[in-house]
Amino acid sequence: MAPQVPDSPPAPIASAVSSHSVEADALTRAQAGDHQAFAQLYSLHKRRIYSLCLRMVGNIAAAEDLTQEAFLQLHRKIATFRGDSAFSTWLHRLAVNVVLMHLRRKGLQVISLDEAMEPAAEERPGRNFGAPDLTLAGTIDRLALQRAIDNLPAGYRIIFVLHDIEGYEHNEIASMLDCSIGNSKSQLHKARLKLRDALRGFPRKEERR
Amino acid sequence: MTDDRKNLSCAAFQAQLPELIGSGENVASHPHFQSCELCRALLADLETIAEAARQLFPIVEPPDELWEQIESAIKNEDGRTDSGPTGQD
Repeated sequence: MAPQVPDSPPAPIASAVSSHSVEADALTRAQAGDHQAFAQLYSLHKRRIYSLCLRMVGNIAAAEDLTQEAFLQLHRKIATFRGDSAFSTWLHRLAVNVVLMHLRRKGLQVISLDEAMEPAAEERPGRNFGAPDLTLAGTIDRLALQRAIDNLPAGYRIIFVLHDIEGYEHNEIASMLDCSIGNSKSQLHKARLKLRDALRGFPRKEERR
Repeated sequence: MTDDRKNLSCAAFQAQLPELIGSGENVASHPHFQSCELCRALLADLETIAEAARQLFPIVEPPDELWEQIESAIKNEDGRTDSGPTGQD
């Protein structure tokens, strides 16, 4: 059974103050080994961490496993949290690292994927990428975009999720993925191109005018 | 030199884009970009996709059973820690 902790406070400002103090109190007690307090931290952060894992791996079972691993690591390391950043930021970063470790263990490259790893597909004849009737502006279907992100090769998906959804800066991503900032930028560009192609219904091989 | 960059084909410009972006160059100031409506539309599309993605994903609730699994794993770990190393006498 999930821990019985009030976790859906109402009014925005009051709840922000309240949940902050609830978290600070739970954090202090959890660092001292209080199991109930750790359960409280889980209740406060489970949605964000699970959602993060789900976006990064695109698979429910794997997201559950990775959420579990992230909170296990939190339990092991919580005493080392010194408050240099917000606890939520620290935990978020810990969870990202758990996912990246998982992908590396599986032998997936999390950066520099190339076309060879993508499914072969035919390029449609008469393709003209930028023709006005094919632009996307204002017409993106949410389900199609979600599906396209889920179907991105792992390396592209990680970069796209970290930058465009989770809001990490390129220098942070470069540090996490052990790559250059330029590599992070160029991979993000390629990831967005893949999504654009998917949304327009065909895969990218090369652009031509 | 500037004219050469302006006269790039879209294919050549786009082939260079990942590198240009990776190098931190201001693509918007590139002569080809400034003169090419199609390539401006391409990058506008990519920004639109990024913006749409930011608003896309809901926060999802994990299954209740997950806490039970975590709690059980924590107890197992604590048990191992509490019992300490064995066979050390």
